[in-house]
Amino acid sequence: MKPMLIRGGRVVDPSQDHDGVADLLIVDGKIEAQGKKLSAPDGAETIDAKGKVVAPGLVDIHVHLREPGREDAETVASGAMAAAAGGFTSVCAMPNTDPVTDNQAAVGFIVKQGAAAGGARVYPIGATSLGQAGKQLSEFGEMVAAGAVAVSDDGHPIVSSQLMRTALEYARSFGIPVAEHCEDPYLFQGGAMHEGTVSTQLGLKGIPAAAEEIMVARNILLAGLTGGHVHLCHMSTRESVNLIRRGKERGVNVTAEAAPHHFVLTHEACRGYDTNAKMNPPLREPEDVEAVRAGLADGTLDAIATDHAPHHYELKEREFDDAPFGVIGLETALGLGLTQLVDTGVLTLAQLIRCMSSEPARIFHLPAGTLRKGSSADVVVFDPDARWVVDPARFLSKSRNTPFTGWELRGRVERTIVGGVTVFSGAKG
Amino acid sequence: MTAPSLGKDLLGLEPLTAEQIRLILDTAEPFKEVSERAIKKVPALRGKTIVNLFFEASTRTRISFEFAEKRLSADTVNVAASGSSVQKGENLVDTARNLEAMRIDMVVMRHPSSGAAKFLAERIPSNVINGGDGTHEHPTQALLDMLTVRDRLNRIEGLKVCICGDILHSRVARSNIWGLLKLGAEVSVCGPQSLMPRGIEQLGVTVFRRIEEAIEWADVLNVLRLQLERMQAGYIPSVREYYRVFGVTLERLEKAPRDLLILHPGPMNRGVEIDSRVADGPHSVILHQVTNGVAVRMAVLYLLAGGQPGLAEAAKGSGREADE
Repeated sequence: MKPMLIRGGRVVDPSQDHDGVADLLIVDGKIEAQGKKLSAPDGAETIDAKGKVVAPGLVDIHVHLREPGREDAETVASGAMAAAAGGFTSVCAMPNTDPVTDNQAAVGFIVKQGAAAGGARVYPIGATSLGQAGKQLSEFGEMVAAGAVAVSDDGHPIVSSQLMRTALEYARSFGIPVAEHCEDPYLFQGGAMHEGTVSTQLGLKGIPAAAEEIMVARNILLAGLTGGHVHLCHMSTRESVNLIRRGKERGVNVTAEAAPHHFVLTHEACRGYDTNAKMNPPLREPEDVEAVRAGLADGTLDAIATDHAPHHYELKEREFDDAPFGVIGLETALGLGLTQLVDTGVLTLAQLIRCMSSEPARIFHLPAGTLRKGSSADVVVFDPDARWVVDPARFLSKSRNTPFTGWELRGRVERTIVGGVTVFSGAKG
Repeated sequence: MTAPSLGKDLLGLEPLTAEQIRLILDTAEPFKEVSERAIKKVPALRGKTIVNLFFEASTRTRISFEFAEKRLSADTVNVAASGSSVQKGENLVDTARNLEAMRIDMVVMRHPSSGAAKFLAERIPSNVINGGDGTHEHPTQALLDMLTVRDRLNRIEGLKVCICGDILHSRVARSNIWGLLKLGAEVSVCGPQSLMPRGIEQLGVTVFRRIEEAIEWADVLNVLRLQLERMQAGYIPSVREYYRVFGVTLERLEKAPRDLLILHPGPMNRGVEIDSRVADGPHSVILHQVTNGVAVRMAVLYLLAGGQPGLAEAAKGSGREADE
């Protein structure tokens, strides 16, 4: 492995509160040094990063890679490459595969596919309950030993408060978070989009904000009861953000994430029955978008996670009621963050990088999200000024289901480095 | 000045202008007479192929469209597909492409999913007429309702129309709200709060919680059918109580400060949303609605097929010559 010297970039590393022009030296796959005018060792590859941002590789703690089960929509390999193209060096794969990733063999399969992918690192999340059926806990210990970093029944919210309580308690033994998709199935029942004025006009069955908030409140209370770490996925409503803020003030072990589509789009995007605007939780109201943004700004929401949910095009080419929920996000997340959060003054560039690297790594205990000396050389180099237009045909993901087709975004990934190896190299600057 | 046209499709009343809605109602006038003849046929759509694609059970809408098509001399095929397209195994895109491959001119579609008509219209070059999509719109029903009101009260503008019942699940309510508001009526809705969609007042309607208040306010009541499955789904406790609290009864109407016109899109649940004495009474125009349904649908078919508004009379006239 050749050493690598990344010269003259703006090194933004929130884990060390560093933001300034510097060189970054990588030797043997690890960060060797950071500083001014470093000299390149013999045989080193030198990268001119003048005018570029050099940051810890991005970390996405919520992706769906569809393997095993729906390899037509995505595989671990294609997902890992899409992640790399988006500047991510670590992703956490949700277990709602077919069969469900609910045992150590299945977890080991994801690890093996991830290692062979040659893209971003892939960390499996094991199912909280067997078959994600919400009845009996999976073997957390065995799955953690095989490489799982968290448990979740994402996509199949845990209805039983008793099971959720037990999961939070049991997960403490292994120091892992229980990541939960908050949704009351009785209030959700048959819903297709946010319940509000747009659903009324379109005649689509609504999903009230309370369907999420009730479970957010329950899960925070159970985390308080058990001392377990609950991680709340893709928060979409203003009251959810308020509940988490109050929970954190009380010292509850709760963390939460926001998805780019929830800080960018509102339920207005569903007009015209665009199935690429159909996701769960649904796109909400402008006040909710503002609350999610404010939650990211004040740290109530710890991390940005894409909820990358690939679907084969024919499944989205349907009546709105029949189309599946979900959009892909790995290859647009950074651009949306820069354009919609940094350019609007919601976050500084360093705060955005923090929400997309060091914070998600911290809450899921991943060895990532830092450029500290001695850490694994997972690095992204992007041109913050390059503007590009979202064209799904160019995605490395196998799927095309994005609501952002044709959007002009700022910030193009030029190079993604995992363990000192370039896994993605974009347009030459 | 160019005459207004409807464009390729009729998907709902929300996208139409007041001028376009009036065009349809005015075009329906000369077609009313066709159904009163001994030989009920004009040649306006001769040679056109129309598919009536019904993914949901329907008797009167389908028959009404079929009469309208036949009286305009179109060739028609009825496709009744039970259940949703997904249950059927073939998706709607494929169904559409297959129809298109048979070189059809128009599709009338009823479908249980909101937005299905728009979905189809965007994928085939034929004219698409929405015969009811989910809980979204049922434009021809609202058009025939408005034509009936206009026949009896000579205007729409300035009238107070209350739509009563299950607003949440009603495409008829939504289409009527759009159409009536565009033509200058005042519109209100009345029904149990559990069957009232979120934010309905932002469409520009008043919400009455009590049927007595609605009756006191309105010139016209459009009484919606209460689907009995709403009770099983838990939206209301019982049909009995619904009638007691929300039923349009003779006793309630007798207290009204003025005579009310009573509409119902059918089929009626007598003794649930409407009292038989009201349905069969002198102010009920329920059968007049059914008659007007054929004329309105003839007008829509004629206009979408490219018929000139001003020539509807002439198209009809030439038919008469051929018939006589």
